Amino acid sequence: MSDAEKNKKTAMIVASVVVAMVAMSFAAAPAYKAFCQVTGWGGTTQRAEAEADRTLARQITIRFDATTSQGLNWRFKPEQLSQTLHIGETGLAFYESENYSSKPVTGRATFNVSPAKAGIYFKKIECFCFTEQTLQPGEKVSMPVTYFIDPALADDDNLSDVQTITLSYTFFPWDDADESETVGGAK
Amino acid sequence: MADAHATDAHDADDHKPSFFVRWFFSTNHKDIGTLYLIFAIIAGIIGGAMSGLMRIELAEPGVTFLTMFSGGDPDAAANFYNVLITYHGLIMIFFMVMPAMIGGFGNWFVPIMIGAPDMAFPRMNNISFWLYGASGVLITLSMFAPGYGSNIGFGGGWVLYPPLSSNTGSPGPAMDLLILSLHLAGASSILGAINFITTIFNMRAPGMTLHKMPLFAWAVLVTAFLLVLSLPVLAGAITMLLTDRNFGTSFFDAAGGGDPILYQHLFWFFGHPEVYILILPGFGIISHIVSTFSKKPIFGYLGMAYAMVAIGFVGFIVWAHHMYTVGLSVNMKAYFVAATMVIAVPTGIKIFSWIATMWGGSIEFKTPMLWAIGFIFLFTVGGVTGVVLANAGIDHYMHDTYYVVAHFHYVLSLGAVFAIFAGWYYWFAKMTGKMYREWLGALHFWVMFVGVNLIFFPQHFLGLQGMPRRYVDYPEAFAYWNYWSTVGYGITILGMGIFLIAMIDAFFIYRKKAPANPWGEGATTLEWTLPSPPPFHQFNELPRFDKGDVKAF
Repeated sequence: MSDAEKNKKTAMIVASVVVAMVAMSFAAAPAYKAFCQVTGWGGTTQRAEAEADRTLARQITIRFDATTSQGLNWRFKPEQLSQTLHIGETGLAFYESENYSSKPVTGRATFNVSPAKAGIYFKKIECFCFTEQTLQPGEKVSMPVTYFIDPALADDDNLSDVQTITLSYTFFPWDDADESETVGGAK
Repeated sequence: MADAHATDAHDADDHKPSFFVRWFFSTNHKDIGTLYLIFAIIAGIIGGAMSGLMRIELAEPGVTFLTMFSGGDPDAAANFYNVLITYHGLIMIFFMVMPAMIGGFGNWFVPIMIGAPDMAFPRMNNISFWLYGASGVLITLSMFAPGYGSNIGFGGGWVLYPPLSSNTGSPGPAMDLLILSLHLAGASSILGAINFITTIFNMRAPGMTLHKMPLFAWAVLVTAFLLVLSLPVLAGAITMLLTDRNFGTSFFDAAGGGDPILYQHLFWFFGHPEVYILILPGFGIISHIVSTFSKKPIFGYLGMAYAMVAIGFVGFIVWAHHMYTVGLSVNMKAYFVAATMVIAVPTGIKIFSWIATMWGGSIEFKTPMLWAIGFIFLFTVGGVTGVVLANAGIDHYMHDTYYVVAHFHYVLSLGAVFAIFAGWYYWFAKMTGKMYREWLGALHFWVMFVGVNLIFFPQHFLGLQGMPRRYVDYPEAFAYWNYWSTVGYGITILGMGIFLIAMIDAFFIYRKKAPANPWGEGATTLEWTLPSPPPFHQFNELPRFDKGDVKAF
């Protein structure tokens, strides 16, 4: 192999590493999302199809929090401040939202729990946050969340100090491409 | 037209192309190195002037100085301050240290040290430099383009976190220009890195195995790998930012299901290796200088080379220590604390090997050696505060305080910059063929050493007292040490003035011709076998190391 060919080969190998790294940085976006959903990191809550199979004596208080992003003219608040449940017991909580604007608006809520380490054990069976919500002008709705705390939480030593879990939602305007105000940061 | 391939350099005499062809279509590694050094000096003057504006503003509480530039409007002055911190960081990192270390000294001395006639791809080398020029134009435009509302420039810090850098925080074109500028700078550095890797792997003199290669070439090789692995990730992250801003994607926008923290992960996956990119070539330079002026071969050559490899590798798996406060789990933080502290081991190997090289040596305290020893001291101070900050628990208190500012300025502003000055004084005679006045170089060192320490040491105290970074104003309680920090800036500027005088003196007044090797028996690498300055095409006869009696380092 001549020197020039050898140089070209080395350069091509290094250049392909560059291309691979660019590809991996873009692959990081879906991978990051999937990683949080699977592991519950960052307080990502989990979805469940059915209720828990057992209930424990230990109780946990669930506190509810609601935030509306700028650019969404809604009032959004939890209808109860907190609920105290046995671990494994299914809870039903309601959030209320009201469209203050003069046109139909669609919003979607992002969610997480605090402390973040409880995310993997916080299971929702049904939630208004699974789909986007459309409210007519002036419409006021009551939106349910059905959830339970996975009994596996009791087996995790890292969570032995957890007595309160805060469930937090932030409502964002959905699919409003023509609306200029965009929102950054999950509250 | 000049072609840099050695085979085409048929002229025995040292003929050079015309001025325009030589400097604008340059394919000669030494000329491109010179261009990079000039670029870095200009950028350094601009970035240094910006820090001057910041230090004068911070000399006393209240917004009193920058209002002179904003027509008396304190809000516009505060924005100007934020713009200054942002562009000071970006210019010093991307347009001063990187071009000086890699583009400048790397281009100049890597081919010579390994016995090559030029870089592997001389034309690509030319593209690399002029991409840097275009990038410099874009970042300058960005500084004067609208950012948020009527404010000019982007003021969200050099890390460009969304939502400050998204349409929420900076809807104007300043941020878009900045992103494009970084794209070009990144492309330039990646092309340069491909060039260095190819050159070092394929064009070493016969018999110079990797394990016989000078440490500066090793340093640039490791740096080139870090560039190739980390810069594409920055390019990806800022491209996502660009599409978020202009094409309605929501990689980092929570409203569309994205996550702004993802940006921080991507950024620091680039950003942490980046700080080693800034300092590793400096490690190489310091190794040569310490060895030269101790008249001993470097202590623990292989350990020195592989310490750099280890630093480069570990540098990729510690990025989240910049993000302790984003809500990482305790286990994650425990991992990143431990991994970060591991870096102290290879770094310690280097520091102790430099000291061991000096030990028992016949040390000459010439100007480059003063800078090198100054580097070792300052870098060690910065390294120690780095170990402090590596602890997640302490960092929750220190995060974004002046303690962090002091830490990274000790390792970069003082560490990397002292390494650049060490290299400058070490190779000045080689590059220009002229000598500088020894006492002027030494005076420059001592004044700078006092000045930079006075700037940054008090910032440790301010940080421990809880003074946050990136604010134009501060409470009365922080006034005392801020005042002394600004005095330190004044002394540093005095030092830079001495540097300027030393250079003017060397070129126009002193005008002493440099011998091929002004440093004597300690200077053993190949550049000292060539005349000063080296001929346009070096090595009439390519050096060989396979005959058994010559050492490569």
